[in-house]
Amino acid sequence: MPNNEQYHYTPQDFRSDQEIKWCPGCGNYAILNSVIKAMPEVAAALKYKHHRFTFVSGIGCSSRFPYYINSYGFHGIHGRAAAIATGVKVANPKLTVWVTSGDGDSLAIGGNHFIHAVRRNIDINILLFNNEIYGLTKGQYSPTSELGKVTKTSPFGTVEHPFNPGEVVLGARGTFFARSIDAEVNLTKECCIEAAKHDGTSVVEILQNCVIFNDKTFAGFASDKETREENTIVLRHGERMIFGKNRDKGLVQIGMKLMVVKIGEGGVTEEDILIHNAHEPNPGVHMMLVNMDFPKYPVALGVIRNVTDSTYDDNVCIQVETVKKRREINCMDDLLHSGNTWEIK
Amino acid sequence: MDKANVVELDDVVIRFSGDSGDGMQLTGTLFSDAAANLGNGISTFPDYPAEIRAPQGTVAGVSGFQVRFGSKKVTTPGDYCDVLVAMNPAALRANACWLKNSAGVIIDGDLFTEKQIERAGFKTGDPITELGLQDHNVMFPKITSMTRDALAHLELDNKSVTKCKNMFALGICFYIFNRPLEHTLGYIKRKFGVKKPLIAEANKLALQAGYNYAANTHAHANTYEVRAAADLPKGTYRSISGNQATAWGFIAASEKSGRPLFCGSYPITPATVILEELAKRKDLGVKTLQCEDEIAGICTTIGAAWAGSFAVTTTSGPGLSLKSEAMGLAVMTELPIVVVDVQRGGPSTGLPTKTEQADLYQALWGRNGSCPMIVMAASTPSDCFHYAFMAGKLAMEHMTPVLLLTDGFIANGSEPWRIPSMADYPRINPPIISKAPEEGTFLPYARDEKRLARAWAIPGTKGLEHRVGGLEKQYLRGSVCHDPYNHQRMVDIRAAKVARVQEFIPKQTVHGCKSGELLVVGWGGTKGHLLNAVEDLRAEGKKISLCHFNYINPLPKGVGEIFRRFDQIVVCELNDGQLANYLRMNFQQFRFRQYNKIQGLPFTVTELKNHFNTILQESSHA
Repeated sequence: MPNNEQYHYTPQDFRSDQEIKWCPGCGNYAILNSVIKAMPEVAAALKYKHHRFTFVSGIGCSSRFPYYINSYGFHGIHGRAAAIATGVKVANPKLTVWVTSGDGDSLAIGGNHFIHAVRRNIDINILLFNNEIYGLTKGQYSPTSELGKVTKTSPFGTVEHPFNPGEVVLGARGTFFARSIDAEVNLTKECCIEAAKHDGTSVVEILQNCVIFNDKTFAGFASDKETREENTIVLRHGERMIFGKNRDKGLVQIGMKLMVVKIGEGGVTEEDILIHNAHEPNPGVHMMLVNMDFPKYPVALGVIRNVTDSTYDDNVCIQVETVKKRREINCMDDLLHSGNTWEIK
Repeated sequence: MDKANVVELDDVVIRFSGDSGDGMQLTGTLFSDAAANLGNGISTFPDYPAEIRAPQGTVAGVSGFQVRFGSKKVTTPGDYCDVLVAMNPAALRANACWLKNSAGVIIDGDLFTEKQIERAGFKTGDPITELGLQDHNVMFPKITSMTRDALAHLELDNKSVTKCKNMFALGICFYIFNRPLEHTLGYIKRKFGVKKPLIAEANKLALQAGYNYAANTHAHANTYEVRAAADLPKGTYRSISGNQATAWGFIAASEKSGRPLFCGSYPITPATVILEELAKRKDLGVKTLQCEDEIAGICTTIGAAWAGSFAVTTTSGPGLSLKSEAMGLAVMTELPIVVVDVQRGGPSTGLPTKTEQADLYQALWGRNGSCPMIVMAASTPSDCFHYAFMAGKLAMEHMTPVLLLTDGFIANGSEPWRIPSMADYPRINPPIISKAPEEGTFLPYARDEKRLARAWAIPGTKGLEHRVGGLEKQYLRGSVCHDPYNHQRMVDIRAAKVARVQEFIPKQTVHGCKSGELLVVGWGGTKGHLLNAVEDLRAEGKKISLCHFNYINPLPKGVGEIFRRFDQIVVCELNDGQLANYLRMNFQQFRFRQYNKIQGLPFTVTELKNHFNTILQESSHA
C-alpha cells in the first residue's frame, strides 16, 4: 500500500491484485495500461493522495475496470455509472471520480444520465470505451454501430443511425471532449491527465477494438502506427492541424466546412493550416472536428474541446456555504421551533 | 354588534371547496392553523385533483380541503362535514355526498347562475332540490360581488380582486365558529406585507368584510364555540404535515449521526414536498440533487451513501417501480440509504393525488433475487418524523437500505404536533471504520456479531481502498465470487441481517384490552381512522382492540402472542389484502378476515364501525 506525503506513486500502486478476465487481445488491456500509467502523474500534478481516487462503472466489459485498479471502486448497474458518480462527487467533492463506461452503457441504457452529467458539468472524468458493439452479451449492435451493420440482432443490417459520442457531448454543452485509440497508449494517458486537470465533466472517448465480436472495425485508420499517422490527426491546443507520416497534410476551413489540403501543393503553405483552439467556447469548429469521418477526413484525436465553466459540485458547495453564512437556523431544535408555534399550558 | 346564540360543540368538520384556482387549500390551512393556535385538536385532509387548473366551474376542477377541529385530540379529519363552503355549483355537486344530515352549506350566490349550474353538470336548474338539500341550512352570500365592493376603493385589477374572495369566505367561517382573525392577519402581513402592501391590504379587507357580513346579517342563526382541547399534553406545538415531518426526520437523523444529509430525487406527486422541504435546508448543510429521473434519484443516493453521506431518495408508486433494480444494488453493496414511498392510487399512473396502501407487496418483494430490505410505515402526519428518524437510524446502524412507506393521506394531511426536543432522541452510531486494522487485512464484508452489519469504509479514508458492486460478493473480502456455496451463504446472511433488526425495534403493542372478541389489524396511514372506530366501540363496551403495525419487515416481536388472545382478527387496508396475505404467510395458525377499500380515499370511521359491529354480531350469533 502506498504511503508517502509527496504524492509520488508508481503505476504499480494502482494495479490491483485481481485476475483480469478480458478476452486475450482485447483493447481494454491497453486502455488499462494507459490509465494505470496516468494515475501517478495525475496524483503528482494535482496533489491527490491515493485514497482520494475512486472508479465507478456500470455494466459491460468496460465496467469491469474498477476491479483491476487499486483504488476505491464501485461496480454499479447498467447505465447508471454517471448517476452513481454524481452522487459520490456531490457528497464528497474532495474525491477524484472516474467513470469507466462503454457505448451501450453510456449512450443507450444510460444515455439520460450521461447527457445530464455533461450538462451539469459535474467534475467527474468519464472514460467512454467505444467498440461499436455489445461485447458482454456477445455481439449485438450498439448505438454507435454504423448504419447497415450486420450483427446477431441485425442479421440483415441495422436500420438505425448511430450516435457520434463527441457530437452528443458537444450537444449536451460539454466542456471537455477528447478522443484516443486503445493502441495509442501514450495518447490515451495524455488525454486522461488532461481530463483530470479539467474542472467539470471530462469525456474521453477511446476507440476500442473488440477482438471477438467487432474485430478490426477501426482497422481502416487504426490498424498500425503508419496507418494511424496517415489517417488520424492528433490535435493539440495552440498547434497547427497538421498530420501524416511526413507531416505534409493539414486542415483548412472553407466556409462552414473543413478541408484536407497538402502542404506545398496548389500554393498551400503551413501558415494556411488551422491552429487548434480547444479553449474556444463556440463549439462550431469542435463540432466539425468530432464529425470528421474516415476516409474522407482523418479521424480527430487528442483533446478537441477544453473550455472553462462553473461546475455543479462547486456551485452546490458555494450555495450551501453562502446560505450557511446568513442562517438563522443552526440546528434541528431551531428548525423545529421556527415559524408559527403555540403553547398549551 | 350583538352576538347570535353561541352553541357549544365538541367537534366540527368544515370542508372548503372551489375551483383549483380559488385558493381552497390555503383557506383550509389558515382556518386549521387559527384553530390549532387556540388549542383545538386538529386533523386536515386536502383532497385535490391531479390537474393543476382543470376547466373552471367543472366538477373535474374541484379542489377540497377538510378540517376537523375539536375540544379533544382529533385523530381523523372526519367522515362527513358540518359545514360545506362551496365557491361554485360544481364544488357543491362534487361535495354534497360528504354532508352530514344537518350540515350547513355556504355557496357563493353570485356564481349560482344558470350558466354555472349547467357547467357543473346539473340536470335541472335547481341544484338544491336535485341534490335533496331542501332541509339543509343553505346560505347564498354574494361572495364575489361583496368582495369586489369591499375592495372597490383600492387600485387593484379585477383578477387580484377575485383572488381575495377566499378570504371573504374564510371571514364568514371565522365569525360562525368564533375564531379571531389575528392569526390570519398575521399570516397576510408576513406573506405580502413588505413586498405587496396593496395585496396585503386587499386580503385583510376581504377577510374583515366576510367576518362583518356574517356578524351583521346573522347569516347563521347560531354561532359555535369549540373549546380548546383539554387532553392535549402541555408544551410548545406547531402544525406539521406528513411530508414536512418526513423531511425533518431525515435532518434529525443526519444531526444525530453526524453524517451529512444528501437527497437525490425526482419530483412526483404526492412525494415532492419532501424534496422541496429538504432543498430549503442548505442552512443545515443539506445537499439536494433534483435528478434527471427516478433511477438517477436512487443511484446518486447510493453513490452519496458510499461516499459517506446519510442518503435518501423520495418517490411515489411509479417511481418506486423505476428504483427497483437500484434497491437491489443497495442491498448487495450493503449501503445505508432510505427510500421513501408516498403511496398513491395505482397501478401505473393511477390516481396521483389520491391515497392508497397498495405498494406493500412491491416494497416487500419487488426486486429481482432474494433481496430483503427493512420495510416500515409511518401512520400519522406527525409520526412521519419519528419513523423517518428511525429509518435513518436502522439504515446506518445496520448498513442496509430501508424502505419507508407513507401515503398521500398522511403526507398532505396536517395536525398539531408537540415539538420534541432533540435531546430526547438517541444518538445514531454508524459502524464507520476510520483505520485499516493492519496493512492489507481490511475485509470490507466482515460483520459485527450483534447486527451482522459490515463496516462503512468511506472513500477518502487512507488504507481502506476496496471495491463494492452488484456482482455477488465473497463472504469476507467482498471481491467478485461465483462460488455456489458462497452465494448461498451471502443470500442467507443478508436475510439474517434484516431479520436481526427485530432485536432492535419495539415489541408490538395493542391499543385496548390484550384480549377480546375482535382484533382490528392495520398498518401505516389508516391508524387515525382505525383508532377512532375502535375507541368509539370500546366506549360502547365492545370487546375490540387495535393492533397497528409500523414495522413490517421484520415484524416486531410479540405479534403471535397478541393474535392468539382474540376470537377474531380483521385486517383493514386500503388495498386488496396485502398485509393480510403477508400475515397469513407469517402466522399460518390464525384466520385473518379482511376489510378492504380501494377508492383512492381514506376509510370513514362510520364504515369501519359498521363493519366491526357486523363481525361482532355474527360471532355472538354463532
